[in-house]
Amino acid sequence: MIHSLFLINCSGDIFLEKHWKSVVSQSVCDYFFEAQEKAADVENVPPVISTPHHYLISIYRDKLFFVSVIQTEVPPLFVIEFLHRVADTFQDYFGECSEAAIKDNVVIVYELLEEMLDNGFPLATESNILKELIKPPTILRSVVNSITGSSNVGDTLPTGQLSNIPWRRAGVKYTNNEAYFDVVEEIDAIIDKSGATVFAEIQGVIDACIKLSGMPDLSLSFMNPRLLDDVSFHPCIRFKRWESERVLSFIPPDGNFRLISYRVSSQNLVAIPVYVKHSISFKENSSAGRFDITIGPKQNMGKTIEGITVTVHMPKVVLNMNLTPTQGSYTFDPVTKVLTWDVGKITPQKLPSLKGLVNLQSGAPKPEENPSLNIQFRIQQLAISGLKVNRLDMYGEKYKPFKGVKYVTKAGKFQVRT
Amino acid sequence: MLESNKDSAKLDAMKRIVGMIAKGKNASELFPAVVKNVASKNIEIKKLVYVYLVRYAEEQQDLALLSISTFQRALKDPNQLIRASALRVLSSIRVPIIVPIMMLAIKEASADLSPYVRKNAAHAIQKLYSLDPDQKEMLIEVIEKLLKDKSTLVAGSVVMAFEEVCPDRIDLIHKNYRKLCNLLVDVEEWGQVVIIHMLTRYARTQFVSPWKEDDGLEDNEKNFYESDDEQKEKTDQKKKPYTMDPDHRLLIRNTKPLLQSRNAAVVMAVAQLYWHISPKSEAGIISKSLVRLLRSNREVQYIVLQNIATMSIQRKGLFEPYLKSFYVRSTDPTMIKTLKLEILTNLANEANISTLLREFQTYVKSQDKQFAAATIQTIGRCATNISEVTDTCLNGLVCLLSNRDEIVVAESVVVIKKLLQMQPVQHGEIIKHMAKLLDSITVPVARASILWLIGENCERVPVIAPDVLRKMAKSFTNEDDLVKLQILNLAAKLYLTNSKQTKLLTQYILNLGKYDQNYDIRDRTRFIRQLIVPNEKSGALSKYAKKIFLAQKPAPLLESPFKDRDHFQLGTLSHTLNTKATGYLELSNWPEVAPDPSVRDVEVVELAKELIPAGKAKKENPAKKFYSESEEEEESSDSSSDSESESGSESGEEGDSSEDSSEDSSSEQDSESGSESKGENKRTAKRNSKIKEESDSEDGEKENEKSKTSNSSNAESSSIEESSSDSESESESESEIESESRKVTKEREKKTKQDRNPLAKDISLLDLDDFNPVSTPVALPTPALSPSLIADLEGLNLSTSSSVISVSTPVFVPMKTHVLLHRMSGKGLAAHYFFPRQPCIFGDKMVSVQITLNNTTDQKIANIHIGEKKLPIGMQIHVFNPIESLEPEGSITVSMGIDFCDSTQTASFQLCTKDDCFNVNIQPPVGELLLPVAMSEKDFKKEQACLSALHLLSKPRNANRNE
Repeated sequence: MIHSLFLINCSGDIFLEKHWKSVVSQSVCDYFFEAQEKAADVENVPPVISTPHHYLISIYRDKLFFVSVIQTEVPPLFVIEFLHRVADTFQDYFGECSEAAIKDNVVIVYELLEEMLDNGFPLATESNILKELIKPPTILRSVVNSITGSSNVGDTLPTGQLSNIPWRRAGVKYTNNEAYFDVVEEIDAIIDKSGATVFAEIQGVIDACIKLSGMPDLSLSFMNPRLLDDVSFHPCIRFKRWESERVLSFIPPDGNFRLISYRVSSQNLVAIPVYVKHSISFKENSSAGRFDITIGPKQNMGKTIEGITVTVHMPKVVLNMNLTPTQGSYTFDPVTKVLTWDVGKITPQKLPSLKGLVNLQSGAPKPEENPSLNIQFRIQQLAISGLKVNRLDMYGEKYKPFKGVKYVTKAGKFQVRT
Repeated sequence: MLESNKDSAKLDAMKRIVGMIAKGKNASELFPAVVKNVASKNIEIKKLVYVYLVRYAEEQQDLALLSISTFQRALKDPNQLIRASALRVLSSIRVPIIVPIMMLAIKEASADLSPYVRKNAAHAIQKLYSLDPDQKEMLIEVIEKLLKDKSTLVAGSVVMAFEEVCPDRIDLIHKNYRKLCNLLVDVEEWGQVVIIHMLTRYARTQFVSPWKEDDGLEDNEKNFYESDDEQKEKTDQKKKPYTMDPDHRLLIRNTKPLLQSRNAAVVMAVAQLYWHISPKSEAGIISKSLVRLLRSNREVQYIVLQNIATMSIQRKGLFEPYLKSFYVRSTDPTMIKTLKLEILTNLANEANISTLLREFQTYVKSQDKQFAAATIQTIGRCATNISEVTDTCLNGLVCLLSNRDEIVVAESVVVIKKLLQMQPVQHGEIIKHMAKLLDSITVPVARASILWLIGENCERVPVIAPDVLRKMAKSFTNEDDLVKLQILNLAAKLYLTNSKQTKLLTQYILNLGKYDQNYDIRDRTRFIRQLIVPNEKSGALSKYAKKIFLAQKPAPLLESPFKDRDHFQLGTLSHTLNTKATGYLELSNWPEVAPDPSVRDVEVVELAKELIPAGKAKKENPAKKFYSESEEEEESSDSSSDSESESGSESGEEGDSSEDSSEDSSSEQDSESGSESKGENKRTAKRNSKIKEESDSEDGEKENEKSKTSNSSNAESSSIEESSSDSESESESESEIESESRKVTKEREKKTKQDRNPLAKDISLLDLDDFNPVSTPVALPTPALSPSLIADLEGLNLSTSSSVISVSTPVFVPMKTHVLLHRMSGKGLAAHYFFPRQPCIFGDKMVSVQITLNNTTDQKIANIHIGEKKLPIGMQIHVFNPIESLEPEGSITVSMGIDFCDSTQTASFQLCTKDDCFNVNIQPPVGELLLPVAMSEKDFKKEQACLSALHLLSKPRNANRNE
């Protein structure tokens, strides 16, 4: 399946290669560079490229390209999904998936890739299993290793690999047994010029951090499970229980993982927590324009909205911007033409606004479309859909775990057209 | 350092070497030194040496052989991890000499106890095959063996090997088909993808099409593109009733939970499976899951959108509810934007076009000009597809002509040209407007389009056309080739229609073209000159020049670029690239006749068992996937399904739910009824549903016939179950039945009185009870009813008259006497009478009366007899025999019968002695007129009903004369 993998950084250097079958020359990447040149920006590089002898399937993650070489027919999503899993694993092991981190840990990367794929077919992709096979690097361990000469490679087959619960390590022990769940909901919305909602939808995930000894069998129930319209599960969840009782029943992996992701049906009206008043205008035949936006709270369920950031991709003719915020700070990058306004919290008494002048390239025609505003915000202690966790029960183990649920609502792809 | 005695130094050295490999630097000269360390005790060094070996063994085959013996030893290691990794490395060393050793190792490993080693063996098969394809036959044997493996760990890998080595050997799958379907949910996600793709192909060869049955829009759409003959064929086939092969159903059902997978590849695989092999009506569920994937990474979005685009062409309805999910964000990459646009166009219809057009308006103004241009194309397509909005779109596009951006204007021109071509209506104004644009527009395609339009419609704009040509002639030399060609065309057309004005201009342009640098243009010039300019040499062709140039041109069809992709299997690389990738396996068409389904039967004995239930049983797999051993599972499902197949009349759904409840300890029914064992549960569930059915059928009186049959079939199956169900379930069902039967008896009472029809009904109801052994205690609350009821029924059968009444003896006879004749008035003769409440012996309509005569005189009274009778009409008296003499102080009792004609009128007669005559009267009280009768309440009511207005009988039954 996957023949080879090349890691390429933004400047086009191939800094890591791994082959699972016969060696494929680096020159195959030239086709990729060609495509990259053709595409205006990195986002637009087609994920699937056909070359005379091979097919290149690539992903772009954290300013790195993962380019895999394929020789025969394969479902492209299979490869894409796998490459993302590789990147996730790096992230998990090194804290970040960057060129520097990979270069520093090249041996571990190699060992990981060796375990993850055999002959191009995924072998072990569960983080729990990999961590038993290859221990993640920590400062302590590297010190110990250098003294004792012991290695960070496990010498026994992880039990998970053989059991029917491949996602969980055996013999987990904690002194404090904890189970935390984060219910994170994101509002995807498109708001039109007049402030009407064109499209709005809630996408949610439940991320779990489980530190429980032994083999706990958990079941999590909701107050209002019918809200969830479409759900995708971590493999540990028993589908049948959900079908019949709307209860999430599972033996959790150890550590952090995403339990479910869900969508709340768009039929329900989605509460939009903020509104934006905007007036952006460019004058004809003059090199100036006016820019004025104000943000206010709306349907915030009595919670404060924090972490507001407004990002605007200004038209190319914009040279510079002279603005004064009533709150927070702003930056304008004249190269990428991106305006970022870090607002912070909204206080209803004094609504934050950003006003000022826009300098345009002289002589160029005025841009005909106003840029759309991308808004980020965060509301703590609130799941905007109204989803509530009812209770968490544990079976199979004797101790009493500490349980916690946190709700956060964020802006997802929240866009205001102006 | 590699020679060092210290492990840490060696490790350090190996790490550096691996670093070099990773960077792509050549480290092959170190091979001998590294190979020595292959036997190292340190597992990390060993691993790194493995990495090195796999990378360079191909280049240094001879030296690599040195390491082989180490692997062979490791293959016997007790640690399965070491066995497996030895096999992995051994098979990864691409040295042809060791093929026999590899073959041997694979064979051994495929019989290994550890499924992990067997999984690695499956991987090794592919490696060996790519190294030496001659081993195919041997490898197929191993694959066949491994396919039988029941471990979920092996399944994915071996199917992968199968796909690589012998994808055409579909016969190997038959026996394992059901097992694979059932294991599917438990296989790791990557294996799932491979298996689902393989099973899709398998299903297309083994089952008949489920689509023929569908009569939805889709089919019609399909027919649209097919010739008439094929259509006929199709309709012919439609007549045959289609029943889905249970194995086909099994596959579709078992893959459904996987739509919920977190892995996009799995979801896509299931989606394509549904798309390709499920009945069209069931494919709808995939859209929701696919739309969910759109939240994922850019790359995933790209692939999924492509697939949705293909699907949405054929079946709009599938994604229409999610229209808004395809709205474009300004931050999307261009490739995603254009794909979304494509889908929006496909989904556009009369209902949503206005919303869409408004949305498009926003897009047109986008800063991303490439995207804006694509939007204009899209509007053009919508305009052609939906005739209602053509004019609106056209107007909108004309407005865009005044846009400042050249690309937008150019695109609009091109699209307007296409639109105008489709509509032969007069659009002179637009053409004029466009002619003016020629001064400003520089994009060649747009200029060419305008020129072509003017040329085509030159008769409609007679004033402008020559002027345009004049302008063009001026700038001819500076134009793009594309424009030059169109100028030539325009000139030719104008020459033909309006030669007076344009003759010279045309000549001039043709001359310019003659000396152009581009040979295409020179060619065209020559061709046109010969065609249109009349001279002696020119043949017959020039006569037809006008026809040639100004012929009606067919309008271009604006079609989706995804139109032709549907012949590729969705979700494949070939589909994404729209070319056949190497190793792409075509999806075959459905077979006309299904191949023998029995090939999938695992063993002859298991045949019957496996057919339907295996699938049902497996559905709950995800719930129990990690605490049950797969093998056990299969067996248990088989055995429990036995009873299932016996009671064949079950509907699929019902059977399913009960099956689930029996197997799945955590299912709903279980939690309801608490601690009972599963089997019981299942039966009660069935039971309840059946009883419900019964009561339902009783409600509808007209459905006599139906209810009879259904009842009997139910009773049959329930009696089977009854025998094995224990007290717990019985008591539950008992109470149900009890209440049920009470209802029944009441109803019965009513019905018997009506006429014969209800009788048949009644019997069927009785039958029903009889089938249930539990129904004996049912009768207890009203035990007295049953026998008499049967008597009643008999009576009803014999005669319909009311004389069924059986006369009973009076319970109580009052001794009260009435005075008939007082002794004072009777001159010493006293007479008393009373009603003995006996059936009268003289006639059944008479009331018996006993008269006691006393002689209170001191003389004999002789010849006592009844004299003249003064009776109302109809009343009769049967007199007593005359008494010859009555002694003084003697008394005598006689009985007589009087027919009172059911009235209380007085019977007057004369009681005579030898000397005197006394007038006497007897007036009966009502109660004495009655006959005691034993009668059921039901009969009573019925009788009562007969009596209509005369409610004289309003006494409680059984005690009639006890006034």
